[in-house]
Amino acid sequence: MSADQDGANLLEVRGLTKIFGTLTACDHVDLNIAKGEIHALLGENGAGKSTLVKMLFGSLEPNSGEIFWNGQAVRITSPGTAKKLGIGMVFQHFSLFEALTAAENIALSLDDGSPISTIAAKARALSYSYGLPLDPLSLVGDLSVGERQRIEIIRCLLQTPQLIILDEPTSVLTPQEADKLFETLERLRSEGKSILYISHRLEEVKRICDRATVLRHGKVVGHCNPRQETASSLARMMVGNEVQAVVRAPAEGIETAPVLLQIRELTRKPATPFSIPLRNINLEVRAGEVIGIAGVAGNGQGEFFESVSGEVLQEDTGSVRIRGKDAGGLAITGRRLMGAAFVPEERLGHGAAPRMRLSENLLLSRHATDGKMFVGAGGMVKSDAIYTAAQRIIKAMDVRKSAPDPEAAALSGGNLQKFIVGRELDRRPSVLVVNQPTWGVDAGAAAHIRQALIELARSGSAVLVISQDLDELFEISDAITVMHNGELSKPLPIAEATFEKIGLLMGGAEPGHAEHTLETA
Amino acid sequence: MRLELVKRPQRSMLFSALSPFIAFVLTIIAGAIMFALLGVNPLTAFRIYFIEPISQVWQLHELAIKAAPLILIAVGLSVCYKANIWNIGAEGQFILGGIVGSIFPVLFPQFEGPLVLPLMLLFGMVGGAAYAAIPALLKTRFNTNEILTSLMLVYVAQLFLDWLVRGPWRDPQGHGFPQTIQFNDSAILPELLPESGRANWGFVFALVAAMLIWILMSRMLKGFEVRVLGSSPRAGRFAGFGLNRMVFFTFLLSGALAGLAGISEISGAIGQLQPVISPGYGFTAIIVAFLGRLNPLGIVAAGLVLALTYLGGEAVQSALGISDKVARVFQGMLLFFVLGCDTLIHYRIRLTGFSAPKLEAAPKLEGAR
Repeated sequence: MSADQDGANLLEVRGLTKIFGTLTACDHVDLNIAKGEIHALLGENGAGKSTLVKMLFGSLEPNSGEIFWNGQAVRITSPGTAKKLGIGMVFQHFSLFEALTAAENIALSLDDGSPISTIAAKARALSYSYGLPLDPLSLVGDLSVGERQRIEIIRCLLQTPQLIILDEPTSVLTPQEADKLFETLERLRSEGKSILYISHRLEEVKRICDRATVLRHGKVVGHCNPRQETASSLARMMVGNEVQAVVRAPAEGIETAPVLLQIRELTRKPATPFSIPLRNINLEVRAGEVIGIAGVAGNGQGEFFESVSGEVLQEDTGSVRIRGKDAGGLAITGRRLMGAAFVPEERLGHGAAPRMRLSENLLLSRHATDGKMFVGAGGMVKSDAIYTAAQRIIKAMDVRKSAPDPEAAALSGGNLQKFIVGRELDRRPSVLVVNQPTWGVDAGAAAHIRQALIELARSGSAVLVISQDLDELFEISDAITVMHNGELSKPLPIAEATFEKIGLLMGGAEPGHAEHTLETA
Repeated sequence: MRLELVKRPQRSMLFSALSPFIAFVLTIIAGAIMFALLGVNPLTAFRIYFIEPISQVWQLHELAIKAAPLILIAVGLSVCYKANIWNIGAEGQFILGGIVGSIFPVLFPQFEGPLVLPLMLLFGMVGGAAYAAIPALLKTRFNTNEILTSLMLVYVAQLFLDWLVRGPWRDPQGHGFPQTIQFNDSAILPELLPESGRANWGFVFALVAAMLIWILMSRMLKGFEVRVLGSSPRAGRFAGFGLNRMVFFTFLLSGALAGLAGISEISGAIGQLQPVISPGYGFTAIIVAFLGRLNPLGIVAAGLVLALTYLGGEAVQSALGISDKVARVFQGMLLFFVLGCDTLIHYRIRLTGFSAPKLEAAPKLEGAR
């Protein structure tokens, strides 16, 4: 099935299997990577991509299967072995010390004892030759996410690898930064290096990859040439069936609808030296509309969510107003009692307590708002009532689970997210604030959640969605605004918004904020 | 070569339940080795240590007297530990409960009647709670480590009691002995069944407290709050539960129960204040809490077991001439093995640094994703 290759395979994987408990994360996976190709590894979240890659990089050991490097059978027992063979990896989550300079971070991973100044000089030369300009003496804490990724890439290139593994590299980049990265990857390919490119973004895979291997539920379901496929045929391979499109009826009469959530001049000092301050944020969400907040991760979205939800209080009580009343001085319970509901980004440990049952997790966010229904006289919990309500949500959101009332940690990420969103929708809140509603959720469940958010808005609630997934925001929002460096741009009505405009704003290019535009360089 | 702890994907329910018993058996084995090294036949020693102290009815009363403070303190501590808040100073709260509860019989011995005892118990609880409020305040205001502050306050309490009974509260007719006057009759906690032994109402308090704490933790919203904040603090904050309020709640609750144990011990078993009023109940209760798996009903059983180690220690001292410090050794071993068993339920040990194990064929798993 594989495309024609000149010369031998650089890497060949046969029957690689990894089992965690009862879950077979990778099931007899075969993969060939030729010299000088960009090979895509496609699959939904949870399909086994990360597990496969971790075995190739030596951070996990396979239960069975073989790996051949340049035709020789090898065992990759540690990342050190992988590096020696010539395999380099750029992780999705960076492993950088924010309080150190770029060069110091690079030196830590090289551990060959060469002085920092030599490393800095090498890194600078390499970065410019690949069109990834980087000042090795700058503190990581001061750098944008795109620049931090450059450090990871340079660090990887300094070890002159033959195969470079990139895990979801564009998920933290603006469209313009991603273009820059693609140029670098093409340059590396022309030098004969191989690249394993992990993504679930089909358009970019079609654009830069020569071949693709598609994983579903831990198994290889196909090899193909992505250039000859359409985005929807690739999606079908990944998901296994057609994904229902989200229907968004046009919002009508929004201009005259009441403002249910209002943010006025919201300002927050950074809580730690490396967190983002919020600067004079203004936003209005009216009954019936979905407003999307786009932005590269780490531009203040988490800080903003905490401030709006009331996990952090505001000095100026009027800076957050819910249904026309000041809420800035109220904690999260008070804001819930005013009709607001919240879904945080982290599911386990923030939105849900991992070791507690779903029915108990229902109580987590609703013990006060539904106090009469769930808590009886003297503070006794009505366990029958919360069980019944949890089952109602499980049914409404089609939560798949193995036991009637399992612990939250026993559910897959997507199913837990459906429960957490369903828990709040079940209240029919008049204001809903969601951070990353479908992060790590499979396509079918994501469509379900998005549709539910639109329907909540159309039934007269104000919905605010923070997301790094632009496709998602274009699908569900009536207007999109961009958070960059703790500031929020003016909302663009969806009819006027384009990927390019939003992308520029994500890079900090809003007129009047020139001081921040330097960062994307 | 080094040892690594690897988290198990699944906890075994069977071994979770068996763990305290396995720990107990391991303690017995280690204890046998210790007795053998001391030159005593382990079987004889065990008979004297574990069997003889509970072979007669009056001895069961003694067991209840020792178990009562352990259970009272441990159920309070279990709430703290479930909330991931570490009150190590129950010994001090026990002593302050004893001191504050003794204000009436020591300073106003002429005050008699049915009101005295309830007031003493109330004051004891207030004293323990107030003393526990100090580390809570330090933690919430200045972010100090409650393990250190609560522990250090134990020594303050011990020395304060010592100063009181040698100084201002000393019995003027006591021939200079460092102790207060004997409490009058209405300040004495009554015995349960005076015809068969000395056990007093303190044991009933302990059982009632265990029952109430069990209801609190398993049936009430407050108990849910404790468990959420203890297991996932961020989710607790999302739920709107305040961590600072929880620090005060758990410290005041466990302090009050330790204080109640203190005044019950003074007015029940001792009858006056002395320089030393506790053989380390406040510390042993930590073992009781963990041996009982932080479950109030398990704590009742664990409290009886640990009470037996005290009685056994006294018995081997009188019968075999072995130091009663042997009780401390047993208590320490028991805690060590309980924690060890619990760790091995959650983790398995892996030796690394050998040549890596060979790959074997993966087992087929039906129905796995």
